[in-house]
Amino acid sequence: MSVLVVEGLHKSFGQVEVLKGIDLVVGEHEVVCLIGSSGSGKSTLLRCIDLLERFDAGRIVVSGQDVTSNGVDPNVVRRKIGIVFQAFNLFPHMTVLQNVTLAPRKALGVPRAEAEATAGELLTRFGLGDKRDDYPDRLSGGQQQRAAIVRALATKPELLLLDEVTSALDPELVGEVLSVIRELAAAGMTMVIATHEMHFARDIADRVCFLDDGLILEEGPPAQVLSALREDRTRRFLARFIDAGRL
Amino acid sequence: MIALVSTAIVFAGLTFAIVNAPGWPQVHQAFFNGHRFRADFPDIAKAFLLNVKIFAISEAIILPLALFVAVLRSLPGPVFFPIRALAIAYVDIFRGIPTILLILLLGFGAPSLNLSWLPAGEVFWATTALVVVYTAYVSEVYRAGIESVHPSQEAAARALGLTRLQGLRYVILPQAVRRVIPPLLNDFIGLQKDTALVSVLGVIDALHQADIDSAATFNFTPYVAAAVLFVATTIPLTRLTDWLVSRERAQRQAAGVAV
Repeated sequence: MSVLVVEGLHKSFGQVEVLKGIDLVVGEHEVVCLIGSSGSGKSTLLRCIDLLERFDAGRIVVSGQDVTSNGVDPNVVRRKIGIVFQAFNLFPHMTVLQNVTLAPRKALGVPRAEAEATAGELLTRFGLGDKRDDYPDRLSGGQQQRAAIVRALATKPELLLLDEVTSALDPELVGEVLSVIRELAAAGMTMVIATHEMHFARDIADRVCFLDDGLILEEGPPAQVLSALREDRTRRFLARFIDAGRL
Repeated sequence: MIALVSTAIVFAGLTFAIVNAPGWPQVHQAFFNGHRFRADFPDIAKAFLLNVKIFAISEAIILPLALFVAVLRSLPGPVFFPIRALAIAYVDIFRGIPTILLILLLGFGAPSLNLSWLPAGEVFWATTALVVVYTAYVSEVYRAGIESVHPSQEAAARALGLTRLQGLRYVILPQAVRRVIPPLLNDFIGLQKDTALVSVLGVIDALHQADIDSAATFNFTPYVAAAVLFVATTIPLTRLTDWLVSRERAQRQAAGVAV
Protein backbone atom coordinates (compact mmCIF):
# COMPACT_ATOMS: atom_id res chain seq x y z
CA MET A 1 0.00 0.00 0.00
CA SER A 2 1.19 3.50 -0.73
CA VAL A 3 2.10 5.50 2.34
CA LEU A 4 1.47 8.75 0.53
CA VAL A 5 -0.59 9.71 -2.49
CA VAL A 6 -0.73 13.31 -3.68
CA GLU A 7 -3.11 14.15 -6.50
CA GLY A 8 -3.42 17.41 -8.41
CA LEU A 9 -2.10 19.62 -5.63
CA HIS A 10 -2.46 23.33 -6.30
CA LYS A 11 -1.28 26.07 -3.95
CA SER A 12 -1.04 29.82 -4.41
CA PHE A 13 0.37 32.51 -2.19
CA GLY A 14 -1.76 35.47 -3.26
CA GLN A 15 -1.28 35.90 -7.00
CA VAL A 16 1.70 33.56 -7.19
CA GLU A 17 0.89 29.94 -7.95
CA VAL A 18 3.58 27.92 -6.23
CA LEU A 19 2.28 24.41 -6.89
CA LYS A 20 0.58 23.87 -10.24
CA GLY A 21 -0.78 20.36 -9.95
CA ILE A 22 1.58 17.97 -8.21
CA ASP A 23 1.06 14.21 -8.43
CA LEU A 24 3.23 12.01 -6.25
CA VAL A 25 2.99 8.46 -4.96
CA VAL A 26 5.33 7.13 -2.29
CA GLY A 27 5.33 3.44 -1.43
CA GLU A 28 6.25 1.85 1.87
CA HIS A 29 10.00 1.95 2.64
CA GLU A 30 10.55 4.15 -0.37
CA VAL A 31 12.91 7.13 -0.29
CA VAL A 32 11.95 9.93 -2.67
CA CYS A 33 14.19 12.94 -3.17
CA LEU A 34 12.77 16.24 -4.39
CA ILE A 35 15.31 18.34 -6.23
CA GLY A 36 14.91 21.71 -7.88
CA SER A 37 16.08 25.25 -7.48
CA SER A 38 15.00 27.48 -4.62
CA GLY A 39 11.44 28.59 -5.14
CA SER A 40 10.49 25.54 -7.19
CA GLY A 41 7.95 24.51 -4.55
CA LYS A 42 9.77 21.70 -2.69
CA SER A 43 9.29 23.14 0.79
CA THR A 44 5.72 24.20 0.12
CA LEU A 45 4.91 20.71 -1.09
CA LEU A 46 6.28 19.16 2.10
CA ARG A 47 4.42 21.67 4.27
CA CYS A 48 1.18 20.94 2.40
CA ILE A 49 1.65 17.18 2.91
CA ASP A 50 1.98 17.77 6.67
CA LEU A 51 -1.13 20.01 6.51
CA LEU A 52 0.90 22.97 7.76
CA GLU A 53 -0.22 24.98 4.73
CA ARG A 54 -3.71 25.23 3.34
CA PHE A 55 -3.87 24.43 -0.34
CA ASP A 56 -6.33 25.39 -3.03
CA ALA A 57 -7.06 22.09 -4.76
CA GLY A 58 -5.99 18.49 -4.72
CA ARG A 59 -6.13 15.40 -2.58
CA ILE A 60 -3.67 13.90 -0.11
CA VAL A 61 -3.98 10.32 1.08
CA VAL A 62 -1.83 9.10 3.95
CA SER A 63 -1.77 5.34 4.59
CA GLY A 64 -5.06 4.91 2.80
CA GLN A 65 -6.82 7.73 4.62
CA ASP A 66 -7.90 10.78 2.64
CA VAL A 67 -6.66 13.52 4.96
CA THR A 68 -8.18 16.27 2.85
CA SER A 69 -11.76 15.12 3.35
CA ASN A 70 -14.00 16.87 5.84
CA GLY A 71 -13.98 15.80 9.45
CA VAL A 72 -10.34 14.69 9.50
CA ASP A 73 -8.47 16.05 12.50
CA PRO A 74 -5.23 17.48 11.11
CA ASN A 75 -3.54 16.97 14.49
CA VAL A 76 -4.07 13.22 14.21
CA VAL A 77 -2.68 13.23 10.67
CA ARG A 78 0.40 15.19 11.72
CA ARG A 79 1.20 12.60 14.37
CA LYS A 80 1.59 10.03 11.58
CA ILE A 81 3.94 12.29 9.66
CA GLY A 82 7.25 13.58 10.95
CA ILE A 83 8.82 16.70 9.47
CA VAL A 84 12.29 18.11 9.96
CA PHE A 85 12.96 21.72 9.03
CA GLN A 86 15.95 23.44 7.54
CA ALA A 87 16.33 25.65 10.64
CA PHE A 88 15.89 22.75 13.15
CA ASN A 89 13.17 24.65 15.07
CA LEU A 90 14.04 22.96 18.33
CA PHE A 91 12.32 24.44 21.38
CA PRO A 92 15.03 26.57 23.01
CA HIS A 93 13.49 26.54 26.49
CA MET A 94 13.52 22.77 26.73
CA THR A 95 16.35 20.27 27.08
CA VAL A 96 16.97 17.83 24.24
CA LEU A 97 15.09 15.14 26.15
CA GLN A 98 12.12 17.45 26.79
CA ASN A 99 12.09 18.40 23.11
CA VAL A 100 11.90 14.74 22.14
CA THR A 101 9.34 13.65 24.74
CA LEU A 102 6.92 16.59 24.39
CA ALA A 103 4.88 15.19 21.51
CA PRO A 104 4.73 11.56 22.76
CA ARG A 105 3.61 12.76 26.18
CA LYS A 106 1.20 15.52 25.27
CA ALA A 107 -0.07 14.49 21.83
CA LEU A 108 -0.04 10.71 22.26
CA GLY A 109 -0.51 10.49 26.01
CA VAL A 110 2.50 8.22 26.61
CA PRO A 111 3.44 8.14 30.32
CA ARG A 112 6.51 10.19 31.16
CA ALA A 113 8.79 7.32 32.18
CA GLU A 114 7.99 5.37 29.04
CA ALA A 115 8.41 8.41 26.79
CA GLU A 116 11.77 9.18 28.38
CA ALA A 117 12.98 5.62 28.03
CA THR A 118 12.05 5.55 24.33
CA ALA A 119 13.58 8.97 23.76
CA GLY A 120 16.75 7.93 25.59
CA GLU A 121 17.14 4.92 23.32
CA LEU A 122 16.62 7.00 20.18
CA LEU A 123 19.08 9.66 21.34
CA THR A 124 21.70 7.05 22.13
CA ARG A 125 21.15 5.39 18.76
CA PHE A 126 21.87 8.68 17.00
CA GLY A 127 24.88 9.57 19.13
CA LEU A 128 23.18 12.12 21.39
CA GLY A 129 22.94 10.01 24.54
CA ASP A 130 25.19 12.36 26.50
CA LYS A 131 23.35 15.47 25.28
CA ARG A 132 19.91 14.59 26.57
CA ASP A 133 19.94 17.13 29.40
CA ASP A 134 21.57 19.93 27.42
CA TYR A 135 19.66 22.88 26.02
CA PRO A 136 19.73 23.20 22.22
CA ASP A 137 21.97 26.29 22.24
CA ARG A 138 24.74 24.16 23.76
CA LEU A 139 24.73 21.85 20.73
CA SER A 140 26.48 22.18 17.37
CA GLY A 141 24.31 22.65 14.30
CA GLY A 142 24.76 19.02 13.33
CA GLN A 143 23.78 17.85 16.79
CA GLN A 144 20.77 20.15 16.80
CA GLN A 145 19.57 18.80 13.48
CA ARG A 146 20.06 15.22 14.65
CA ALA A 147 18.07 16.07 17.79
CA ALA A 148 15.33 17.51 15.56
CA ILE A 149 15.28 14.27 13.55
CA VAL A 150 15.00 12.25 16.76
CA ARG A 151 12.16 14.52 17.89
CA ALA A 152 10.33 13.86 14.63
CA LEU A 153 10.86 10.10 15.04
CA ALA A 154 9.60 10.05 18.62
CA THR A 155 5.95 9.87 17.57
CA LYS A 156 6.82 6.82 15.43
CA PRO A 157 5.68 8.40 12.16
CA GLU A 158 4.81 6.32 9.12
CA LEU A 159 6.32 8.95 6.88
CA LEU A 160 9.23 11.32 7.44
CA LEU A 161 9.54 14.59 5.53
CA LEU A 162 12.95 16.27 5.45
CA ASP A 163 13.07 19.86 4.24
CA GLU A 164 16.63 20.74 3.18
CA VAL A 165 17.87 19.58 6.53
CA THR A 166 21.53 20.22 5.74
CA SER A 167 21.18 23.65 4.10
CA ALA A 168 21.71 25.59 7.33
CA LEU A 169 24.76 23.58 8.38
CA ASP A 170 28.46 24.23 8.03
CA PRO A 171 29.91 21.92 5.37
CA GLU A 172 31.83 19.80 7.88
CA LEU A 173 28.62 19.08 9.80
CA VAL A 174 26.60 17.93 6.80
CA GLY A 175 28.06 14.44 6.86
CA GLU A 176 26.84 13.46 10.31
CA VAL A 177 23.27 14.43 9.47
CA LEU A 178 23.32 12.65 6.12
CA SER A 179 24.60 9.48 7.76
CA VAL A 180 21.64 9.58 10.15
CA ILE A 181 19.31 9.78 7.16
CA ARG A 182 21.16 6.89 5.48
CA GLU A 183 20.69 4.83 8.61
CA LEU A 184 16.97 5.61 8.62
CA ALA A 185 16.69 4.61 4.96
CA ALA A 186 18.49 1.36 5.71
CA ALA A 187 16.04 0.71 8.54
CA GLY A 188 13.18 1.02 6.08
CA MET A 189 11.84 4.49 6.95
CA THR A 190 9.59 5.94 4.28
CA MET A 191 10.93 9.39 3.47
CA VAL A 192 10.38 12.36 1.19
CA ILE A 193 13.52 14.47 1.14
CA ALA A 194 13.88 17.94 -0.34
CA THR A 195 17.58 18.43 -0.91
CA HIS A 196 20.30 20.28 -2.77
CA GLU A 197 22.83 17.52 -2.12
CA MET A 198 22.94 15.81 -5.51
CA HIS A 199 25.48 13.16 -4.55
CA PHE A 200 23.38 12.28 -1.58
CA ALA A 201 20.18 12.11 -3.64
CA ARG A 202 21.86 9.80 -6.12
CA ASP A 203 23.08 7.54 -3.31
CA ILE A 204 20.02 7.33 -1.17
CA ALA A 205 16.95 7.87 -3.33
CA ASP A 206 14.86 5.13 -4.81
CA ARG A 207 13.32 7.81 -6.93
CA VAL A 208 14.16 11.42 -7.71
CA CYS A 209 11.57 14.07 -8.62
CA PHE A 210 12.79 17.21 -10.30
CA LEU A 211 10.53 20.16 -9.53
CA ASP A 212 10.54 23.35 -11.48
CA ASP A 213 8.10 26.21 -11.22
CA GLY A 214 5.53 24.21 -9.28
CA LEU A 215 5.51 21.08 -11.44
CA ILE A 216 7.31 17.75 -11.33
CA LEU A 217 9.17 17.83 -14.65
CA GLU A 218 11.19 14.64 -14.27
CA GLU A 219 10.64 11.60 -12.18
CA GLY A 220 12.46 8.31 -12.03
CA PRO A 221 15.45 6.41 -10.66
CA PRO A 222 18.24 8.77 -9.68
CA ALA A 223 20.60 7.58 -12.39
CA GLN A 224 17.98 8.23 -15.02
CA VAL A 225 16.94 11.69 -13.82
CA LEU A 226 20.39 12.92 -12.90
CA SER A 227 22.25 11.50 -15.87
CA ALA A 228 19.87 11.57 -18.77
CA LEU A 229 19.26 15.32 -18.67
CA ARG A 230 16.52 14.88 -21.21
CA GLU A 231 14.59 18.02 -20.61
CA ASP A 232 16.09 21.34 -21.35
CA ARG A 233 15.29 22.93 -18.04
CA THR A 234 16.63 19.95 -16.16
CA ARG A 235 19.87 20.37 -18.03
CA ARG A 236 20.07 24.04 -17.28
CA PHE A 237 19.39 23.43 -13.60
CA LEU A 238 21.87 20.61 -13.31
CA ALA A 239 24.45 22.55 -15.29
CA ARG A 240 24.69 24.96 -12.39
CA PHE A 241 25.67 22.12 -10.09
CA ILE A 242 28.17 20.73 -12.59
CA ASP A 243 29.69 24.18 -12.86
CA ALA A 244 29.82 24.40 -9.09
CA GLY A 245 31.61 21.06 -8.96
CA ARG A 246 28.92 19.42 -6.88
CA LEU A 247 27.94 16.72 -9.39
CA MET B 1 36.62 55.01 42.51
CA ILE B 2 36.26 57.92 40.12
CA ALA B 3 32.52 57.34 40.15
CA LEU B 4 32.53 57.49 43.94
CA VAL B 5 34.44 60.77 44.10
CA SER B 6 32.39 62.46 41.39
CA THR B 7 29.16 61.29 43.05
CA ALA B 8 30.31 62.70 46.38
CA ILE B 9 31.18 66.03 44.81
CA VAL B 10 27.88 66.31 42.92
CA PHE B 11 25.80 65.48 45.98
CA ALA B 12 27.80 67.76 48.27
CA GLY B 13 27.24 70.56 45.77
CA LEU B 14 23.52 69.90 45.52
CA THR B 15 23.12 69.72 49.31
CA PHE B 16 25.04 72.95 49.72
CA ALA B 17 22.86 74.71 47.14
CA ILE B 18 19.63 73.51 48.71
CA VAL B 19 20.55 74.11 52.33
CA ASN B 20 21.77 77.62 51.52
CA ALA B 21 18.70 78.53 49.50
CA PRO B 22 16.88 81.53 51.02
CA GLY B 23 13.69 79.52 51.62
CA TRP B 24 15.40 76.47 53.14
CA PRO B 25 14.55 77.10 56.82
CA GLN B 26 10.83 77.24 56.01
CA VAL B 27 11.02 74.21 53.70
CA HIS B 28 12.99 72.31 56.28
CA GLN B 29 10.36 73.12 58.88
CA ALA B 30 7.38 72.32 56.62
CA PHE B 31 8.63 69.17 54.83
CA PHE B 32 11.49 67.67 56.82
CA ASN B 33 10.31 68.17 60.35
CA GLY B 34 11.96 65.35 62.32
CA HIS B 35 9.53 65.54 65.15
CA ARG B 36 6.46 65.32 62.92
CA PHE B 37 8.08 62.53 60.91
CA ARG B 38 8.54 60.41 64.02
CA ALA B 39 5.05 61.21 65.26
CA ASP B 40 3.18 60.49 62.02
CA PHE B 41 5.27 57.73 60.48
CA PRO B 42 3.67 54.80 62.39
CA ASP B 43 0.14 55.82 61.28
CA ILE B 44 1.20 56.24 57.70
CA ALA B 45 3.13 52.98 57.67
CA LYS B 46 0.05 51.22 59.00
CA ALA B 47 -2.10 52.80 56.29
CA PHE B 48 0.58 51.84 53.76
CA LEU B 49 -0.21 48.20 54.47
CA LEU B 50 -3.46 48.80 52.61
CA ASN B 51 -1.47 49.96 49.56
CA VAL B 52 0.61 46.80 49.75
CA LYS B 53 -2.49 44.68 50.12
CA ILE B 54 -4.24 46.29 47.14
CA PHE B 55 -1.05 45.90 45.12
CA ALA B 56 -0.65 42.22 45.99
CA ILE B 57 -4.28 41.32 45.32
CA SER B 58 -4.51 43.23 42.04
CA GLU B 59 -1.23 41.84 40.76
CA ALA B 60 -2.35 38.28 41.52
CA ILE B 61 -5.46 38.87 39.41
CA ILE B 62 -3.81 40.94 36.68
CA LEU B 63 -1.06 38.46 35.77
CA PRO B 64 -3.33 35.57 34.69
CA LEU B 65 -6.15 37.80 33.44
CA ALA B 66 -3.85 39.85 31.20
CA LEU B 67 -2.34 36.66 29.81
CA PHE B 68 -5.82 35.48 28.98
CA VAL B 69 -6.65 38.74 27.17
CA ALA B 70 -3.35 38.56 25.27
CA VAL B 71 -4.03 34.98 24.18
CA LEU B 72 -7.53 35.95 23.00
CA ARG B 73 -6.04 38.78 20.99
CA SER B 74 -3.51 36.44 19.40
CA LEU B 75 -6.08 33.91 18.19
CA PRO B 76 -5.69 33.52 14.43
CA GLY B 77 -8.27 33.07 11.72
CA PRO B 78 -11.54 34.75 10.75
CA VAL B 79 -13.63 32.62 13.15
CA PHE B 80 -12.13 34.37 16.15
CA PHE B 81 -12.51 37.87 14.76
CA PRO B 82 -15.28 38.88 17.25
CA ILE B 83 -13.17 37.71 20.19
CA ARG B 84 -10.12 39.52 18.87
CA ALA B 85 -12.19 42.64 18.33
CA LEU B 86 -13.48 42.50 21.91
CA ALA B 87 -9.98 42.10 23.30
CA ILE B 88 -8.73 44.99 21.18
CA ALA B 89 -11.63 47.20 22.25
CA TYR B 90 -10.98 46.37 25.89
CA VAL B 91 -7.31 47.27 25.66
CA ASP B 92 -7.94 50.43 23.63
CA ILE B 93 -10.58 51.76 26.00
CA PHE B 94 -8.96 51.02 29.32
CA ARG B 95 -5.50 52.11 28.32
CA GLY B 96 -7.05 55.37 27.20
CA ILE B 97 -8.94 56.21 30.40
CA PRO B 98 -6.83 57.90 33.07
CA THR B 99 -6.60 55.53 36.02
CA ILE B 100 -7.82 58.13 38.50
CA LEU B 101 -10.89 58.74 36.35
CA LEU B 102 -11.81 55.07 36.26
CA ILE B 103 -11.34 54.80 40.02
CA LEU B 104 -13.75 57.70 40.47
CA LEU B 105 -16.23 56.29 37.94
CA LEU B 106 -16.28 52.82 39.48
CA GLY B 107 -15.94 54.00 43.06
CA PHE B 108 -18.88 56.38 42.88
CA GLY B 109 -20.88 54.80 40.05
CA ALA B 110 -20.78 51.06 40.59
CA PRO B 111 -22.10 50.98 44.18
CA SER B 112 -25.31 52.64 42.95
CA LEU B 113 -26.07 49.52 40.94
CA ASN B 114 -26.85 47.85 44.27
CA LEU B 115 -25.37 44.58 43.20
CA SER B 116 -25.85 42.81 46.49
CA TRP B 117 -23.75 39.79 45.51
CA LEU B 118 -20.66 41.94 45.12
CA PRO B 119 -18.77 43.32 48.05
CA ALA B 120 -19.54 47.00 48.40
CA GLY B 121 -16.91 49.33 49.68
CA GLU B 122 -14.48 51.71 48.07
CA VAL B 123 -11.47 49.43 48.43
CA PHE B 124 -13.15 46.75 46.31
CA TRP B 125 -14.07 49.14 43.51
CA ALA B 126 -10.76 50.97 43.58
CA THR B 127 -8.93 47.64 43.33
CA THR B 128 -11.23 46.61 40.48
CA ALA B 129 -10.41 49.82 38.62
CA LEU B 130 -6.68 49.20 39.03
CA VAL B 131 -7.10 45.61 37.84
CA VAL B 132 -9.09 46.72 34.78
CA VAL B 133 -6.56 49.37 33.75
CA TYR B 134 -3.41 47.37 34.43
CA THR B 135 -4.78 44.23 32.79
CA ALA B 136 -5.01 46.28 29.60
CA TYR B 137 -1.37 47.40 29.92
CA VAL B 138 0.02 44.06 30.95
CA SER B 139 -1.86 42.18 28.22
CA GLU B 140 -0.03 44.30 25.66
CA VAL B 141 3.28 43.34 27.27
CA TYR B 142 2.35 39.67 27.01
CA ARG B 143 1.21 40.12 23.44
CA ALA B 144 4.55 41.61 22.48
CA GLY B 145 6.16 38.54 24.02
CA ILE B 146 3.89 36.15 22.14
CA GLU B 147 4.59 37.90 18.86
CA SER B 148 8.33 37.81 19.49
CA VAL B 149 8.31 34.00 19.34
CA HIS B 150 9.12 33.04 15.76
CA PRO B 151 6.23 31.42 13.83
CA SER B 152 8.50 28.46 13.06
CA GLN B 153 8.16 27.45 16.72
CA GLU B 154 4.41 27.18 16.31
CA ALA B 155 4.91 25.27 13.05
CA ALA B 156 7.25 22.84 14.80
CA ALA B 157 4.76 22.30 17.61
CA ARG B 158 1.85 21.73 15.23
CA ALA B 159 3.97 19.46 13.03
CA LEU B 160 4.48 17.19 16.03
CA GLY B 161 0.72 16.78 16.29
CA LEU B 162 0.20 19.12 19.22
CA THR B 163 -3.07 21.03 19.15
CA ARG B 164 -3.04 24.82 18.88
CA LEU B 165 -3.70 25.08 22.60
CA GLN B 166 -0.95 22.61 23.49
CA GLY B 167 1.48 24.48 21.25
CA LEU B 168 0.57 27.69 23.04
CA ARG B 169 0.80 26.12 26.48
CA TYR B 170 4.07 24.21 26.10
CA VAL B 171 5.97 26.02 23.34
CA ILE B 172 4.87 29.62 22.75
CA LEU B 173 3.89 30.94 26.19
CA PRO B 174 6.89 29.66 28.16
CA GLN B 175 9.21 31.46 25.76
CA ALA B 176 7.01 34.57 25.54
CA VAL B 177 6.61 35.01 29.30
CA ARG B 178 10.33 34.54 29.93
CA ARG B 179 11.10 37.35 27.52
CA VAL B 180 8.69 39.86 29.04
CA ILE B 181 9.51 39.43 32.72
CA PRO B 182 11.50 42.71 32.87
CA PRO B 183 8.72 44.85 31.29
CA LEU B 184 6.19 43.05 33.51
CA LEU B 185 8.13 44.10 36.59
CA ASN B 186 8.17 47.62 35.22
CA ASP B 187 4.37 47.61 35.24
CA PHE B 188 4.47 46.14 38.77
CA ILE B 189 6.27 49.27 39.89
CA GLY B 190 3.74 51.50 38.17
CA LEU B 191 0.90 49.64 39.83
CA GLN B 192 2.52 49.83 43.27
CA LYS B 193 2.69 53.61 42.94
CA ASP B 194 -0.79 53.93 41.50
CA THR B 195 -2.31 52.29 44.57
CA ALA B 196 -2.03 55.80 46.06
CA LEU B 197 -4.84 56.83 43.68
CA VAL B 198 -7.38 54.93 45.75
CA SER B 199 -7.18 57.77 48.28
CA VAL B 200 -9.49 59.81 46.02
CA LEU B 201 -12.35 57.59 47.19
CA GLY B 202 -11.67 58.42 50.82
CA VAL B 203 -9.99 55.10 51.52
CA ILE B 204 -7.40 55.47 54.27
CA ASP B 205 -4.23 54.48 52.46
CA ALA B 206 -0.77 55.93 53.03
CA LEU B 207 -1.45 59.03 50.95
CA HIS B 208 -4.81 59.74 52.54
CA GLN B 209 -3.40 59.20 56.03
CA ALA B 210 -0.63 61.65 55.15
CA ASP B 211 -3.32 64.07 53.98
CA ILE B 212 -5.10 63.80 57.31
CA ASP B 213 -1.94 64.18 59.37
CA SER B 214 -0.79 67.10 57.32
CA ALA B 215 -4.14 68.87 57.63
CA ALA B 216 -4.11 68.37 61.38
CA THR B 217 -0.71 69.93 61.91
CA PHE B 218 -0.34 72.29 58.94
CA ASN B 219 2.89 70.49 58.11
CA PHE B 220 3.82 68.60 54.95
CA THR B 221 6.26 66.16 56.50
CA PRO B 222 3.67 63.32 56.41
CA TYR B 223 3.79 63.45 52.57
CA VAL B 224 7.51 62.93 52.72
CA ALA B 225 6.96 60.00 55.06
CA ALA B 226 4.51 58.46 52.55
CA ALA B 227 6.97 59.08 49.71
CA VAL B 228 9.72 57.34 51.67
CA LEU B 229 7.52 54.27 52.06
CA PHE B 230 6.69 54.11 48.34
CA VAL B 231 10.30 54.55 47.33
CA ALA B 232 11.44 51.95 49.83
CA THR B 233 9.20 49.35 48.18
CA THR B 234 9.71 50.29 44.55
CA ILE B 235 13.51 50.54 44.61
CA PRO B 236 14.02 46.82 45.30
CA LEU B 237 11.60 46.06 42.44
CA THR B 238 13.52 48.41 40.15
CA ARG B 239 16.88 46.83 41.00
CA LEU B 240 15.39 43.37 40.45
CA THR B 241 14.15 44.49 37.03
CA ASP B 242 17.57 45.85 36.05
CA TRP B 243 19.24 42.67 37.20
CA LEU B 244 16.82 40.49 35.23
CA VAL B 245 17.27 42.59 32.10
CA SER B 246 21.05 42.36 32.23
CA ARG B 247 20.92 38.64 32.97
CA GLU B 248 18.56 38.07 30.03
CA ARG B 249 20.92 40.02 27.77
CA ALA B 250 23.93 38.04 28.96
CA GLN B 251 22.10 34.78 28.35
CA ARG B 252 21.10 35.75 24.86
CA GLN B 253 24.62 36.75 24.00
CA ALA B 254 25.95 33.50 25.43
CA ALA B 255 23.47 31.64 23.28
CA GLY B 256 24.54 33.63 20.22
CA VAL B 257 20.95 34.53 19.43
CA ALA B 258 20.51 37.61 17.31
CA VAL B 259 18.04 39.88 19.04
